[in-house]
Amino acid sequence: MNPLLKSIFSPQFAFAIIRVTTPLLFAAIGVAISALSGSINIGLEGIMLISAFFGVIISAFTGSLVLALIGGILVGIGMGALLGYFHLKLKADIIIAAIALNMFASGITIFFLYIFTHDKGTSSSITSLVFPSLQIPIIKEIPILGEIISGHNVLTYFALISVALFYYLIYKTSLGLRIRAVGQNPDAAESVGVNINRIKLYSLLLSGFFGSFGGLYLSMGYVSWFSRDMTAGRGFIAIAAAALGGNFPLGTFLGALFFGIVNAIAIYIAPLGIPSEFINSMPYIVTVVALAIYSIRLSRKKKMLSKKEEI
Amino acid sequence: MEKFLLKYFNLIRAVIAILIGIIISVCIVYIISKEPGFSLKSLFLGPLLSKSRFGNFIETASPIIFCGLAIAIPFQAGQFNIGAEGALFIGAAVGTAFGVSTNMPAFLHIPLVLLVAGLTGAFWGFIPGFLKAKWNTSELVVSLMLNYVAYFIGLYLINFHFRDKAAGWLVSYKLPETAWLIQFVSGTRIHIGVIISLGFAVLVYYFLYHTTLGYEIRTSGFNIDFARFGGINVFKVIIIAQVIGGFIAAIGGMTEVMGIHRRFNWQISPGYGWDGVVVAIIGRNNPLLIILSSLFLAYLRVGGRILNLLSDIPAEMITIIQSIIILLITAEAFLAGWKYRITVREAKAKEVGHEPST
Repeated sequence: MNPLLKSIFSPQFAFAIIRVTTPLLFAAIGVAISALSGSINIGLEGIMLISAFFGVIISAFTGSLVLALIGGILVGIGMGALLGYFHLKLKADIIIAAIALNMFASGITIFFLYIFTHDKGTSSSITSLVFPSLQIPIIKEIPILGEIISGHNVLTYFALISVALFYYLIYKTSLGLRIRAVGQNPDAAESVGVNINRIKLYSLLLSGFFGSFGGLYLSMGYVSWFSRDMTAGRGFIAIAAAALGGNFPLGTFLGALFFGIVNAIAIYIAPLGIPSEFINSMPYIVTVVALAIYSIRLSRKKKMLSKKEEI
Repeated sequence: MEKFLLKYFNLIRAVIAILIGIIISVCIVYIISKEPGFSLKSLFLGPLLSKSRFGNFIETASPIIFCGLAIAIPFQAGQFNIGAEGALFIGAAVGTAFGVSTNMPAFLHIPLVLLVAGLTGAFWGFIPGFLKAKWNTSELVVSLMLNYVAYFIGLYLINFHFRDKAAGWLVSYKLPETAWLIQFVSGTRIHIGVIISLGFAVLVYYFLYHTTLGYEIRTSGFNIDFARFGGINVFKVIIIAQVIGGFIAAIGGMTEVMGIHRRFNWQISPGYGWDGVVVAIIGRNNPLLIILSSLFLAYLRVGGRILNLLSDIPAEMITIIQSIIILLITAEAFLAGWKYRITVREAKAKEVGHEPST
């Protein structure tokens, strides 16, 4: 069998897919929650970056994984709050405000990286902690499945749980109902006494919450250091993943998984002599194509609906 | 006075936002630097203290002006195409490839290389424009993704096909002299591209405010349904705005290559496209104001670099400051209370003035 196919049909490959999907999944859930409330957050790039950085720094200086986790989550939520403040209170355009926050995150992380480590590239000169990997007792023993499912970082499992959490939040709680109502018809929501700005703020805070885990995973699981702009567009791919999944929990999961697969293929075919530049551009090209197909289908559907109405 | 305040409210607000940004940077310098006086001098006066630094300041402004224009045109059309970075990168890469593999007299070579770069950039703008106009695909996400695609394809082209192996590091072959833009101020690298960028700013201003197509672009951005009902071909307008944007961004990248390095030497994306977003927002998408905001940003940038070189403060401080400035400028409600109070006072004064006549 050809070596490429051989490595793609190996359990290691499936394992790699789950590994690279994790940060995308967190970010995509973050995007989807904000999109459901009608204020799409394109600032996940910055949220992840800043959480990734503070997780590493806090763990390096305190030696505590718990403090790093809490700190990382808090700065992520803080970024969501900042975006909410500027968008909802000061009436800034949410897209431009999020672009500014992404810049802010990129600048401030490199700035402090330099202050703390005198290095503008990576934090490798300081020792930071990583989140542990989990061996799942019984599943671990199953031949192929065990190799694929067991032994992941604890945050990867939390990412999967987050999909369920997201589902529960959106469909089973009153906050979820309000988020959907505000997104679908803000006027109707307001007429029954829902405070639109407050709901949108909550959805941005939640967006920051989930996004922060994506960042923490990147610098304290996926790798064990922080490097400048290490999110590398994942926050933007997440927008595409969520859009592809229609912002629904399962759809978002599948969207993120799709990009995870493309990324994993890119990593796996790299040693085969194909220029890495081509392979690296693949996920982004696929995103464009997938988005185009998605919007073509959506516009066809709309056309059909309007034709039906005419009849 | 108050009338003046109201009329120029947006401008004044931008200036206040910039002042706040500057105050914050002064605070950061005081907290971090061991010699704050010297650091502040490097930051705020550095670009003026020698001829070559002043040259740096002017050179740096040029690609930022191009990118600001490239972002402003789609923004005026209501299109969030932020793909100037990608258009600039791929345009410059393809233009360089064309430039080093052809030979002709300068009067042909220069415009042709610029044209090839521009058309590549235009194509880069066409993709999100077409997808948006035809199927309503988010131009924001598509242009973002295309930035990465441009980066990797551009690198591939240069590193695999046009790499000058004799150079010792990853750069393209040197452009033949017939494709160089002259540096016309001795002791600096200020080149013809700077003048071209100013020319483009004036052209774009004329285009947006004094031509039918420019009017259609602005109307579509103001209210797309209104534009559609008014008989404007919105499909065409959306695409054209993004195509022109891509074209201009790529010219900006190409002039930088032809005027300064004379070869393609970017291994990481230079970031001018994002600066373009910044200056377009500070300049409220007005081409002439974009010249000013680009000069401002370039000045800060060069000051930041000097600060980085001579002291213990990283240049990324400027990134932080510019993000704060953008946040404050786009915040509609920032200082709105102040405007409201002035408006009320104005109205009351008028009312009082009118009373005797009624």
